[in-house]
Amino acid sequence: MHITSPSSCLALKVEDLKKSYKKVQALKGISFELRKGELFSLLGPNGAGKTTTIRILTGLIKPDGGSIFVFGEDITKNYISAKRLIGYVPQHINLDVELTVYENLLIHGLLFGMSLKEIKKRIDELLAFADLAQRRKTKVKDLSGGMKRRLLIVRALLHQPKILLLDEPTVGLDPHIRRKIWHLIKQIQEKGASILLTTHYMEEAEYLSDRVAFIFNGVIHRVGKPRKLIEELGSHVIDIYTDGGVKTEYFQDRQSAERRMFELRGKANSFSLRRTTLEDVFMKIQRVVEGIEKT
Amino acid sequence: MKGFLAVYLREILILKNRLGKVLLSFSVNPLLYLFAFGIGLGRGIEVQGVSYLEFLIPGLISATSMLQAFAINVELNVARFYLKIFEEFQSAPISPLTYSLGEIFFGITRAFLSVFIILLIAYFSNVRLNLAPEFFFFLFLNAFVFASLGLTSAMVIKSHGDQTLLTNFIITPMMFLGGTFFPVENAPSLVRPLLEILPLTIVSRNVRSIALFGVYDEKSLIILFGLALLSFCLAYFAVNRAKD
Repeated sequence: MHITSPSSCLALKVEDLKKSYKKVQALKGISFELRKGELFSLLGPNGAGKTTTIRILTGLIKPDGGSIFVFGEDITKNYISAKRLIGYVPQHINLDVELTVYENLLIHGLLFGMSLKEIKKRIDELLAFADLAQRRKTKVKDLSGGMKRRLLIVRALLHQPKILLLDEPTVGLDPHIRRKIWHLIKQIQEKGASILLTTHYMEEAEYLSDRVAFIFNGVIHRVGKPRKLIEELGSHVIDIYTDGGVKTEYFQDRQSAERRMFELRGKANSFSLRRTTLEDVFMKIQRVVEGIEKT
Repeated sequence: MKGFLAVYLREILILKNRLGKVLLSFSVNPLLYLFAFGIGLGRGIEVQGVSYLEFLIPGLISATSMLQAFAINVELNVARFYLKIFEEFQSAPISPLTYSLGEIFFGITRAFLSVFIILLIAYFSNVRLNLAPEFFFFLFLNAFVFASLGLTSAMVIKSHGDQTLLTNFIITPMMFLGGTFFPVENAPSLVRPLLEILPLTIVSRNVRSIALFGVYDEKSLIILFGLALLSFCLAYFAVNRAKD
């Protein structure tokens, strides 16, 4: 069930968005909302349509159909003015490696029509915020992967966008750096930004998101709060290892799961009890979408 | 205006960071041509009433300005497909017109840097040219046309290898056949009409004429204006259509 919020509460509203590449339908009419101050995640496997959605929202590609409203205004009619409201962090690092941190940010500020005074002030603030102040004069090619990722976020925030689009912002980073980026994203949200995130990492989505949407083959299948979706599936899960593979069973509470474990003694090779995660929800929906399991 | 400045400044900052290497690479080709054809053939040979060195230098200036303006295609290609920088411009609130002008004016800047290097070499080779405003104006239009074509090719051609092919099959032959090294009037009658309509032929003939005799053909100027307008339209539409 998709509950519509009053439009005054919405930062972004996407309605029936469609996009095809030659014969492949990348988006088959998806609709979702990003509420003001919310962190909303689009989750799905490779090729599900996450990046296509983000690239349409940033004006990098044109949709075949549908509407996009940013703070109530249809941006498909005027992308240029809407772009000022959006900050975009791409999946790949598209920084000028030959330029310094400061020079990369200066160019971005000018591209977004900021004055030199304003640019300098924001650069100082944001580099301090992202713990990059010491790297101001460093060439991007000399930064570590984690620093480049943080710089991408700083660049996207420079022109003070109201909506931040994060396309797999932690891809390829080690767990320690990933957590640093999560902390940064949380801080940005606390400052009032509305954030749309795409990610492959379910623990990232579970930790950061207020709501998530699962997208498979260009269709959104479920939308909800991570905790609620997990509870709907069952708070506990038993992974049963048999000769045929791993079978998963979900339980509403620990007691029921423990009763089932008692029954399983001697019947299965081994089994383990754990708490259900968003990854279980993802796997369950994927199996349903692929027709392996029923709803 | 800030959008234009951002596009242009980015290129200038990259150029500044490797200025030494760039200036060196800009000087190598003209120096080689001057040595091989100019000094090698000597001042003794006369072409169109002047020494060959005096004949060669204005042609070399025209050809090099064309090459350097067009060469923005290689870096734009790298920025677009390897560094993905073009996305940063596409997601910014700037129009294709602003982006096109920023890149084309950088192409013109590159072209003029190479022009000044050859003028310096000419000065030290004791070749004195009439550097009237029209001389620079023709070169400006030449650079504008080829920077626009360079931008168009970077937007249309998606592989780095194909960019090089384009240079090898169109730009390099034009450099050799467009009046740089010999008067087009001396070409065989079968190919001469084709060589006459090459943009570089029009430019090198007029630049040489201004540099050596202080005169130019007004009709050529109108043709160049037309070519500049046409190539700019091509660049604009190519940028507008380019989607990664």
